[in-house]
Amino acid sequence: MSYLNKDIETMPREQLKELQLERLQKQIAHCYERVECFRNRMDEKGLKPEDIQSLEDLAKVPFSYKKDLRDYYPFGLFAEPLKNVVRFHASSGTTGKRIVVGYTREDLEVWAECAARMMVSLGITDEDIVQVSYGYGLFTGGFGVHSAAEKIGCAVIPMSSGNTKLQIQNMVDFGATVLCCTPSYAMHLGEEVNRAGLKDKLKLKYGIFGAEPWTESMRAEIEKSLGIKACDIYGLTEVIGPGVACECAEKAGMHIWEDHFLAEIIDPDTGEVLPEGSTGELVFTSLTKQAFPVIRYRTRDICRLEYTPCACGRTHLRMCKPQGRSDDMLIIRGVNVFPSQIEEVLLKTSGGDITPNYQIVVDRINNSDTFDVNVEMSEALFADEVRSIEQIEKRITGELRSTLGIGAKVHLVNPKSIERSEGKAKRVIDKRNLH
Amino acid sequence: MITKQLSVFVENKKGRLSAILNCLAENGIDLSALSLADTSEFGVLRLIVNDPEKAKALLNDIGVIVKITDVLAVVLDDKPGGAAKIIEALSQNDISVEYMYAFDTKITGKAIMVAKTDNVKAADDLLIAKGLADVLPPDGFKG
Ligand SMILES: [Zn+2]
Repeated sequence: MSYLNKDIETMPREQLKELQLERLQKQIAHCYERVECFRNRMDEKGLKPEDIQSLEDLAKVPFSYKKDLRDYYPFGLFAEPLKNVVRFHASSGTTGKRIVVGYTREDLEVWAECAARMMVSLGITDEDIVQVSYGYGLFTGGFGVHSAAEKIGCAVIPMSSGNTKLQIQNMVDFGATVLCCTPSYAMHLGEEVNRAGLKDKLKLKYGIFGAEPWTESMRAEIEKSLGIKACDIYGLTEVIGPGVACECAEKAGMHIWEDHFLAEIIDPDTGEVLPEGSTGELVFTSLTKQAFPVIRYRTRDICRLEYTPCACGRTHLRMCKPQGRSDDMLIIRGVNVFPSQIEEVLLKTSGGDITPNYQIVVDRINNSDTFDVNVEMSEALFADEVRSIEQIEKRITGELRSTLGIGAKVHLVNPKSIERSEGKAKRVIDKRNLH
Repeated sequence: MITKQLSVFVENKKGRLSAILNCLAENGIDLSALSLADTSEFGVLRLIVNDPEKAKALLNDIGVIVKITDVLAVVLDDKPGGAAKIIEALSQNDISVEYMYAFDTKITGKAIMVAKTDNVKAADDLLIAKGLADVLPPDGFKG
């Protein structure tokens, strides 16, 4: 078992908690002094940094939200003068309102270390050739894993996203052993590699995929089509970028690097901290971030934390794959629906032999919601008889009803007829929002 | 005799069926028989063609799902009771017919019945043994 920073990664939890408290107290004092918005919210609650005497006291501290990044755009939440900032990253978000975050030199160092810990845990060394097919630029994906791979001493191919043909050619010509990109793009690459009959020419061993939700069935498909071990990486621009949490070689949840990020699970409605093992909204406090620290940042991701020791020897807790984002949640006829639930149903009903490529279409007709799920037909699903195809449709419809509690109309459509983009898959079309 | 049939998934969308048929026509695939089973949501198009493998590849290229299935093709006298005799023989031997369709040939007085049964080989052997499987004239599938 290899570690990048063994002392920290395997630190006994009691000791890790002491380290967290020490860093938390320092961070809260720092933010109170430097960030007006945070100071005002603390003052409103009559709280002073000295009131934080234990990790439990964090529950008293006010939350921060995505909206704050928009309201205080561009630099209102920065805790360091721009003189100390060496990098910006930004995103436009789906609403079109921009957010921007900053990094000091130390912040970049921490970020690189976080993702590098994962690479080392998978067995990646300075012998490896890492193709980074995340977008480079204001988006954190490209630079995040790039710096981590460089830190280990890997040879990095900074491909950025797009241009699938050239991506495959470089993988073959340069002998890439590690691929980093979004899981939907990895699926696309896998299909194209096999279509071109080039799988045997690949030297890929590992894939590091993140920046969008994906399922175990996608993992299986990617691992098969590219002949690799595929691992999940998680991160938010607001917190630092990809690397906040990563799977180790055990593929049993993503280790959150608790020396840098303190995670809580709360009830998204009441804000109350939930007991260990509960499912709820993930909230982060960045313990060491300097230029753009977040305190109790509401991620909107719904998930569960696992505190039991991991077989890899790391003591840092593991987050289970987010079930969905409270943002992505659709409310259809008054019922909460996560796209991930539909994906699971498709996986179950198709016996795992289908690419569960699907699209949810929601509309409002005559004041009532319509809910359609288009599922791409595959050779494996297709039978010569109308009856057996109807049975598949019925099975999916029935499972959806029992899982979601509401009925959906299932349509089997031609393969490849659902829009596939090279970046993120378009899973939901909600026509109700189009005014 | 046993022959290859193409089964094609047809999404219930305007133009899908004609796109499939045009693709085959443009590439010189000859159709001898065609049958469409459909519901309000989708259809299954069944075709007997001169070159099933080529037709499948052509259709796959335009994103259409195709399966090649073995079916029974039987020459019938084009008069009442022809098909009934065959079905009866099959059912007496516990071979069930999943679907069937028939088409005319250019040979006067002969039609061809295509049937999908649960055990095509057994069904074919049975009809041969019973003398019900008329030998197809060369080019017999030309409609
Ligand atoms: Zn582990």
